[in-house]
Amino acid sequence: MGIIRSLSQLLLVCCLLWPALASAQVDDSQAQQLLTALAESSFKEKKSVVNQIAGSGDDRARTWLEAYGDNKLGRIESSGDFIIVLKNRGRNWTVQSALSGENLGEISRRDIDTIRVNNALRNELEGILSVIDLKSPDEDNRLTAARALKGSVDDTLAERVPDFIAAEESDAVQAALTEALAIYQVEEQGDVSAVATLSGSLNSEARAALQQAQNSDDPALAAAAAKAMESIEQKLKMNRAAETLYFGLSLGSVLVLAAIGLAITFGVMGVINMAHGELIMLGAYTTWGMQQLLPGQPGLALILSIPAGFLVAALAGIAIERTVIQHLKGRPLETLLATFGVSLILQQLVRTVISPLNRTVITPDWMSGSVMINEGLSLTLNRMYVIGFALVVFAGLMLIMRKTRLGLEVRAVTQNRAMARSMGIKATKVDILTFGLGSGVAGLAGVALSQITNVGPNLGQSYIIDSFMVVVFGGVGNLWGTLLAGLSLGTINQLLEPWAGAVLAKILVLVLIILFIQKRPRGLFPQKGRAAEG
Amino acid sequence: MWLTRPLQERSTQIFLGVLFGALVIVSALHLFMPQDSALYVSSYTVTLLGKYLCYALLAVAVDLVWGYLGILSLGHGAFFALGGYAMGMYLMRQIGDRGVYGDPVLPDFMVFLNWQELPWYWAGFDMAWFAFIMVLLAPGILALVFGFLAFRSRVTGVYLSIITQALTFALMLAFFRNEMGFGGNNGLTDFKDILGFDLRTDATRLGLFLATGIALAIGYVICRGIVTSKLGRVSVACRDAEARTRFIGYRVERVQLFVFVVSAMLAGVAGALYVPQVGIINPSEFSPLFSIEVVVWVALGGRATLYGAVIGALLVNYAKTVFTGIMPDAWLFALGGLFVLVTVFLPKGIAGLMSRRSKKDDTDTPAAQEATA
Repeated sequence: MGIIRSLSQLLLVCCLLWPALASAQVDDSQAQQLLTALAESSFKEKKSVVNQIAGSGDDRARTWLEAYGDNKLGRIESSGDFIIVLKNRGRNWTVQSALSGENLGEISRRDIDTIRVNNALRNELEGILSVIDLKSPDEDNRLTAARALKGSVDDTLAERVPDFIAAEESDAVQAALTEALAIYQVEEQGDVSAVATLSGSLNSEARAALQQAQNSDDPALAAAAAKAMESIEQKLKMNRAAETLYFGLSLGSVLVLAAIGLAITFGVMGVINMAHGELIMLGAYTTWGMQQLLPGQPGLALILSIPAGFLVAALAGIAIERTVIQHLKGRPLETLLATFGVSLILQQLVRTVISPLNRTVITPDWMSGSVMINEGLSLTLNRMYVIGFALVVFAGLMLIMRKTRLGLEVRAVTQNRAMARSMGIKATKVDILTFGLGSGVAGLAGVALSQITNVGPNLGQSYIIDSFMVVVFGGVGNLWGTLLAGLSLGTINQLLEPWAGAVLAKILVLVLIILFIQKRPRGLFPQKGRAAEG
Repeated sequence: MWLTRPLQERSTQIFLGVLFGALVIVSALHLFMPQDSALYVSSYTVTLLGKYLCYALLAVAVDLVWGYLGILSLGHGAFFALGGYAMGMYLMRQIGDRGVYGDPVLPDFMVFLNWQELPWYWAGFDMAWFAFIMVLLAPGILALVFGFLAFRSRVTGVYLSIITQALTFALMLAFFRNEMGFGGNNGLTDFKDILGFDLRTDATRLGLFLATGIALAIGYVICRGIVTSKLGRVSVACRDAEARTRFIGYRVERVQLFVFVVSAMLAGVAGALYVPQVGIINPSEFSPLFSIEVVVWVALGGRATLYGAVIGALLVNYAKTVFTGIMPDAWLFALGGLFVLVTVFLPKGIAGLMSRRSKKDDTDTPAAQEATA
């Protein structure tokens, strides 16, 4: 009985509605009939009903089918109204009307009949949904749908895809569709001419199709596929190299940021500041604090924390200089110990006052996400910002050291303190300002680091040894050396990582530096002249 | 003979007298006092004191290179830990088939990691004499290679400090790896006995405590012997004016290398005695923080005095035990404050205070504050 009834309903739907389906919208009673047909027909018939719904051109069709595929399209037993389940946890489900889209609140699970779906239908639905998307007026939607089609084109879709290609205006969508079709042709039909389309494609489905074709019995196809694979391998290799370079540069710029403040205090002033890492940490915590003060505006808070982080770290640095370091002038080893004590105190201070746990710093929208270079390679935005930020900070420091009065005085005091003083330079003032500058830059590093790593009390410790390595490797007192050393150490680390693993790569880099220092004790760019003595 | 000369010295006689006196008193209180007496020293305390004495020996080793050679090593924890690992490997092999998995040869963690046989560098550690030689050789050879490379290319001062820190940091990362075959994160633990004596009995613990005390005495006499010998004079000259010493014709790097290696071996012995008393050795002993903490013990006690290093190590570690018991959060504040106060206000440490009070002008008090450029 049920089958006959549903069949008759189906027939009714087909006869009555077919002309109406061509138009863009269906009215609610027709929609109700379509959905009833879907609910009451057998799995075999459901397939054609689904196609009808898809062909109806109704705006709501996509929502219905998507919900149906997810087992979320249903009917209220009592009223026969169709609903879409929004939340299906617990005893009561939140639902909305399928026809009007109105939220109906919570309804007991028992009162809802979900329309059943099976795996064959689900596969069908996937293709149908992407076809609906391919008709979408929005180009981005079409592109996403076209990309999703790669590897999921089947016999029925394959017949329709050429029409879409012909009708498509956007080149990108067209290319994606052509590739999707070519994957189908290679995989299912062994079409040699389609292999050329896939040559150089970075899509994993395309690679899978080619790999399969390589092992085919048809020698022409196998040869063509092998050739196409070769060009893909080539491209992949380039991709990997570009990715490694990018990661290397981003790690390197982090190192540069962390080390460049140290290069000023250690290199220019000859002061070992073991608390440098904790000044970085203070900068990172300033970012966190700013975001707490300005809830809901992480972007603005981040921008404001650049000057704030600089100030906080600079003031902390000046305080350290005044209370500890100035008493230890000319005793570098004691300075090292005392500032290490300061670093312990600062760490514990953060643990006690804020929390021993990591804090979350929100990444603003304009910094998250990634830039897609091609299908196999996408670069994360936040790291790109960090690279840019490091370069800007470096350029700014170069300008200060080279072009300003302060820079001139700093260099004078570095080279010959007594002479500089007799020329009227206030050496103490220069000390304070230089130390403030170096510490402030550490704060900036902290602001940047808060975007790519956890903000916790141990943040500084994990960078201090690396930073010293960068400064020593680059040559003390040479900002260019620090830049080059930071970037190259970052890249070497990333190059070693694939075959040695992260930890071993780090060990190898440390050993390399230790060996390098034996060969060139004063770094890549040693200071020349009298300043080098001592 | 350079080793017997210190025994005729007044300061060494006092040091040894106090040390042996303390050893005898602690043993007597432990053995002969009733358990409920206020003067009874529990076996926990004996082990704790033994641990302090290990630290004291390590501090003496650091003082030898920092105080008399002017090399601030921020990586002596590495030598300490290497000695500890050599001893730990011996103790692991002594467990035999009494481990959780009952494998007669492989330690538990190797069975756990599905290793089929012992790695080659574990060979021989079932023999005590071999392990005890390795306690000296492992840190010694590392110090020899590292020192040879560093001193030959005249890496000194701050640079040397930083690369010693990098050395111990790199070793820490390496030992954290399971693939290294040293138990990874957990290290070596669950020891049963040493030389056939059960480690959990009070008698063994007292024995280890006494052995540590004697090792400290021997280490002290060796260091004293070195610094009062001609070699010691040259090394002090290297500390105060390296370039000048070189121009006079001394091979500075050889002096530095010799003293550095001796110091590393002493640190290794300290580590080896530390492990059976504490019952575990893991990569955290390699952490740069530990190494730098050792330096502050020496700084507090007074550089270039040797006995100052012992006083500093005992004081700081006693304070650490007390502090971490009462208010664990405050310990890092106290330690950090100690770093600052000692370097700013007490450049000569406690020993400096004592010698100023007694107005006794010992020839070996540090003449130059500035060891390096």
